[in-house]
Amino acid sequence: MIRLTSITRVFHMGDQEVRALNDVSLDIASGEYVSIMGPSGSGKSTLLNVIGLLDRPDSGRYELDGSDVTALSETEQARVRREKIGFVFQSFHLVPRLTAAQNIELPLILEGLAPAERKLRVDAVLDAFDLTDRATHRPAELSGGQRQRVAIARATILRPTALLADEPTGNLDHRIGAEVMALLEALHHSGTTLIVVTHDRELGARAHRHIAMRDGEIVGDEK
Amino acid sequence: MKLRDTLSLSLHSIASTRTRSLLIVLAMALGVGAVVVLTALGDGARRYVVGQFASLGTNLVIVLPGRAETSGGFVGAALGQTPRDLTLDDAQAVGQLPGVRRYAPLNVGTAELASGGRLREVTILGSNADLLPIRHMALSHGSFSGGAAQIVIGSVIARDFFPDGDAIGQRVRLGDRRFRISGVLSKQGESMGFNTDEIVIVPVDDAQALFNTETLFRILVEANSRAAIEPLKQAMSHVLKQRHDGEEDVTVITQDAVLATFDRILSALTLAVAGIAAISLAVAGILVMNVMLVAVTQRTAEIGLLKAIGAPAADIRHLFLAEALWLSLAGGALGFALGHLGSWAIRLAYPTLPAWPPTWASVAGIATALITGIVASLLPAARAAKLDPVRALSGK
Ligand SMILES: Nc1ncnc2c1ncn2[C@@H]1O[C@H](COP(=O)(O)OP(=O)(O)OP(=O)(O)O)[C@@H](O)[C@H]1O
Ligand SMILES: [Mg+2]
Repeated sequence: MIRLTSITRVFHMGDQEVRALNDVSLDIASGEYVSIMGPSGSGKSTLLNVIGLLDRPDSGRYELDGSDVTALSETEQARVRREKIGFVFQSFHLVPRLTAAQNIELPLILEGLAPAERKLRVDAVLDAFDLTDRATHRPAELSGGQRQRVAIARATILRPTALLADEPTGNLDHRIGAEVMALLEALHHSGTTLIVVTHDRELGARAHRHIAMRDGEIVGDEK
Repeated sequence: MKLRDTLSLSLHSIASTRTRSLLIVLAMALGVGAVVVLTALGDGARRYVVGQFASLGTNLVIVLPGRAETSGGFVGAALGQTPRDLTLDDAQAVGQLPGVRRYAPLNVGTAELASGGRLREVTILGSNADLLPIRHMALSHGSFSGGAAQIVIGSVIARDFFPDGDAIGQRVRLGDRRFRISGVLSKQGESMGFNTDEIVIVPVDDAQALFNTETLFRILVEANSRAAIEPLKQAMSHVLKQRHDGEEDVTVITQDAVLATFDRILSALTLAVAGIAAISLAVAGILVMNVMLVAVTQRTAEIGLLKAIGAPAADIRHLFLAEALWLSLAGGALGFALGHLGSWAIRLAYPTLPAWPPTWASVAGIATALITGIVASLLPAARAAKLDPVRALSGK
């Protein structure tokens, strides 16, 4: 359960003020599938970052699963991010020197799990994402679709309640993009809240709820 | 994040930037190596000097004529007296004191040694049989009882004058007097600028007759123990003062005091040299800091990603500190090896110099490397931990 109340995020560029989020209020229930669309610079990524606790709003209140998370310390926010939130980015953000399996393992290492337990879970996820034969490949040796699959595997290995995807298909061709969307939707079907930022009308239309943004404000919200 | 994982993850990122890591390790290693080698040199010099003194004899108390102190001067001079010389009787009186193991009067001079048509100007020590044990000299052939007209010759003289090795029992001439060789010194070489291989030892009476003198150059006294040195020195001064009509006209020195002074000076010197070498480690520290700052900039996106998947700032900081720890550990270990290799090379090149690196220097060198590395990485690590994840992810 995500509840944003009067969230404002202001950036300062020299003496210019950019209201990336302007008094945004939004409720997203657990298990929803939401798309966020809008022109470039409308505040979509900023909204996603605030929801994912990567960015702190300048004002407003954010409740996640019933508790106020805006007031949490940096360390506590990191723990919430690790356990409740999965990020998927347009440019994958894999660590280039680590193999696919090692990239997927990172959240488990941060969580402090034992190596044996980590191996079990990484192997299971590699299998589920059809990446077993790519386990020891580095990102540079993987195709775009494979990279995004690794990134999604990494984002979901700790079973987050919400999966936040910022233009997850932006760097992929249409067919591969559709495959990646299908993967995300499968995760949604197993109960994860899925929030997707996209420029693609067709992909956006697949969500069950459509949020439209412009100039840091929500200008449309339909199911 | 577990410590074990922090260590292995940081090791992984070090291995992936090989050239840079190698550079840091080398800089560290040179610093640590310099500390080890320079202290080995300093401590080697100290040991060399101490060893030279020890070869002169242990627990030695030495009497020399004349007052060496500046305070007061020689009181008798004002009354028209000259300082009394040291005599054989003085030596005997001192030798009777409790706490004396053995004593030897000493005269030094030169005379012409002649035998079988050969001639050579040699240094002559006039003394008794106890000179040999006191000065840690040994005979390779024959004996020396100090009996009249007996002499002992150095190994080089023996070789030059009697190449057939039949020196014992031979008759030789020293100046205008005749002697019989009763012993040959074993080879010892240089000791405090004095080559014992080219000396001749004669009984003190013969030496005094040869040099036409009644006075002694030194009295060497060996105390029973280290603890006996100080009281013996007091007693000797007292006895000699009595014998010289109440004048303090001799100087009694202990080798211990001289040795301690040298020991102190050379230890201080070693420490100073180690300190200077440690400064090169500070330079390595600055290099570490710079390289780590560059690494933080280059790995901004990775740091952002780690934060996005839930790494707290502390984990990021620890990762960079662990990298510094690995690098300085490797640098310290390599430096330790280099230092010991260098010291070994020095010992090989100068066998007389016992250039062994002291343990404290190795420990201090490695510890300094570790501390320098960690301190130098504090700022870069803090900077990485503070990065704003959103900006970091976008590579800004
Ligand atoms: N770190 C920042 N500093 C200054 N301005 C920023 C910063 N991040 C975002 N902005 C501004 O905030 C506004 C919203 O940015 P945001 O990235 O949320 O837009 P977006 O909807 O995701 O755009 P796009 O579709 O291009 O990704 C933009 O005007 C952007 O320039
Ligand atoms: Mg965006």
